[in-house]
Amino acid sequence: MTTLTAAPGTGERKARENSPGAPRKRRSGRLRRIGLPYLLLLPALLLELLVHLVPMVIGIVVSFKELTQFYIRDWSTAPWAGLDNYSLAVDFNAPIGEALLKSFVTTCLFTVFSVGLCWLLGAAAAIFMQESFRGRGFLRTLFLVPYALPVYAAVITWAFMFQRDNGLINHVLHDQLGLTDSPPFWLIGDNSFVALLVVSVWKGWPFAFLIIMAGLQNIPREVYEAAALDGAGIWQQIRRITLPSLRPVNQVLVLVLFLWTFNDFNTPFVLFGEAAPESADLISLHIYQSSFQTWNFGTGSAMSVLLLLFLLVVTGAYLLLTSRGRKTTDA
Amino acid sequence: MRRIRAAAVGAVTLSLVLTAAACGGGSSGSEGSNEQPKTLTYWATNQGANLEVDKKVLQPELDKFEKQTGIKVKLEVVPWSDLLNRILTATTSGQGPDVLNIGNTWSASLQATGALLPWDAKNFEAIGGKDRFVESALGSTGVQGQDPTAVPLYSMAYALYYNKKLFAEAGIAKPPATWDELVAAGKKLTAKGKNGIGAEGSNLSNNIHQVFVLGKQHGADFFTPDGKPDFTSDGAVAAVKQYVDLMAKHKIVAPGNAEYAQNQSLSDFAKDKTGMVLWQTASATFKSQGMNDDEWGVAPAPVQSGKPGTGTATNSMVAGINMAVFKNTKNIDGAKKFVKFMTSDDEQVILNKAYGSIPPVKTAQQDPAFNTPSLAVLRETLATSATALPQVPEESQFETVVGTAVKELFADAAAGRPVTTESVRAKLEKAQQQMPRK
Repeated sequence: MTTLTAAPGTGERKARENSPGAPRKRRSGRLRRIGLPYLLLLPALLLELLVHLVPMVIGIVVSFKELTQFYIRDWSTAPWAGLDNYSLAVDFNAPIGEALLKSFVTTCLFTVFSVGLCWLLGAAAAIFMQESFRGRGFLRTLFLVPYALPVYAAVITWAFMFQRDNGLINHVLHDQLGLTDSPPFWLIGDNSFVALLVVSVWKGWPFAFLIIMAGLQNIPREVYEAAALDGAGIWQQIRRITLPSLRPVNQVLVLVLFLWTFNDFNTPFVLFGEAAPESADLISLHIYQSSFQTWNFGTGSAMSVLLLLFLLVVTGAYLLLTSRGRKTTDA
Repeated sequence: MRRIRAAAVGAVTLSLVLTAAACGGGSSGSEGSNEQPKTLTYWATNQGANLEVDKKVLQPELDKFEKQTGIKVKLEVVPWSDLLNRILTATTSGQGPDVLNIGNTWSASLQATGALLPWDAKNFEAIGGKDRFVESALGSTGVQGQDPTAVPLYSMAYALYYNKKLFAEAGIAKPPATWDELVAAGKKLTAKGKNGIGAEGSNLSNNIHQVFVLGKQHGADFFTPDGKPDFTSDGAVAAVKQYVDLMAKHKIVAPGNAEYAQNQSLSDFAKDKTGMVLWQTASATFKSQGMNDDEWGVAPAPVQSGKPGTGTATNSMVAGINMAVFKNTKNIDGAKKFVKFMTSDDEQVILNKAYGSIPPVKTAQQDPAFNTPSLAVLRETLATSATALPQVPEESQFETVVGTAVKELFADAAAGRPVTTESVRAKLEKAQQQMPRK
């Protein structure tokens, strides 16, 4: 190609001499140009297949099998169960389906409360921390501590605090403040929902705080100044400027919080151990118990697949709705 | 999108284990080999006060074994909360230890997986013969009529431990022998502001052990003779109700015990808060809690009436630890040698002495160390009035679902809700319906 810049005559001749080979070279060049990104993506793609998709597919296959302890040693020998596992899971009149439905409803309620509170606390704290004041850096760090702590260590500490007879929570509520007639239970019975919610929000809100704080940095100060000049109070500023500007951030944040909370396994598992109380029986723990503790992996997988479908539908609908909303506002 | 996928993967995490099965699939069906004759991996159960104690007890013995045979044993003490899952994962993946301890009640469940080496006549011969072991201990090694897949290692039995100081304060002259006497003693203790008896309401296995024995006393088994779940018979309902009533009706179990699952009832006992506990080999734990041996007494666990014996006079399950060999071990001869070593007379005496348990090996039981008053009670119970838990493949599921039912009933009782025959039956009904269909 460099020869083209030389004398026109020789260049033309050379080009003609090379003409049979030239298209091939150009084609392979184009192939290389198009192929390169794929080639670079290939390792990631293969690993993605191996780490994410293959287990998913196997999980789906297992959900059609009767995989109990008799077959786990070589699960390919497990007999096919057809749709039995699914019909068992969605037969809401029978105990297994009923328990699954109950666990699903509990999880939905829990997720709504937890995500709502995480977002509210995170947003409030982030907005209050926008003004610079002494100790702001310290407080920001302090607020992020729950997010930085290892989940197990943190939740075990909570489990100790929630103990009825020796726990810190009852010591404060009952012994010191005298708010209750008798020390309540937190780790068994109906209060366990509250206990789980408290730990989940405590663990989750710093993330909301962090993300919203980052989002706030992108809102120009001048907008607020202009609004203040026009006589907008703090609430109006939050309502008319801060929240609309945070919209894209919030969209992602809420989705992520939703998925994390809905799928949370560690918190209830560490808090309640092998059998969660009914009022705090989150779906991931429920599925774990349905498969690992009763050694019925087929049914457990069927429940997982149903959960997967539900999450896909919700996420898809959410993305569709929010992106449509964004398009209309853009237009 | 990555988040979605991540979530989706989270939802089917358990299939990861199954992928491992696909990877390790080649090993299934193999009957063990001697490819790696110089090493063994051994999963021990947590018998001492904590995992470190176990390592201290076992390591010198493993060193001894290495000196004798040249085989190095890599020890891992697996906490109870993880053990069954670890065994399941090892079974699915084929990547497990060579030798392992199992809770003897799981024997039939794990036997059904086909992952453990069957102890047929030839294999028993390699460790000195089947008749070296006590009959009751052999009764909890697998389904009757099949070759056991585990051999007894430590034996334990339930007994009634009582706090001598609290008994003296409450004016209780002798330990209760029947449930009525136990309730009466419990009421005397609660009148003094102490708890009558401790319970571990959120510990599923412990719940099972207690209601199984009570079930026997009410003439009920939790499985039919052909191995079908039978949780809702009158006897079973009465048994569960009688156990939960210790809290719900008689109020001799403190409500807080409903959430106990980490042996808190034993520390209550050691701290002079609770007068009695029904426990298996609690002596080592009491010692680690700072209680002297002369501060507590031990008596046979109570029966409905009369003296402990067989049938409805059963007063304990056959508790204990069995030792098993993974079928696909790469050191089958070494594994058998190791089991032989651990069940030899000398090691049986050393290990059971350290753990406060009873040797399931007849000759080792003769050692005077097992003739102390407290151990004599356990030995007597094992020999005359202990029954093995149902030896059916679904035993571990039974522990989970019925154990959970009892846990929920305790939670009801603790919250002051009534526990009635109907509410007990409903919980057991629900538990039974969660069992896998046959």
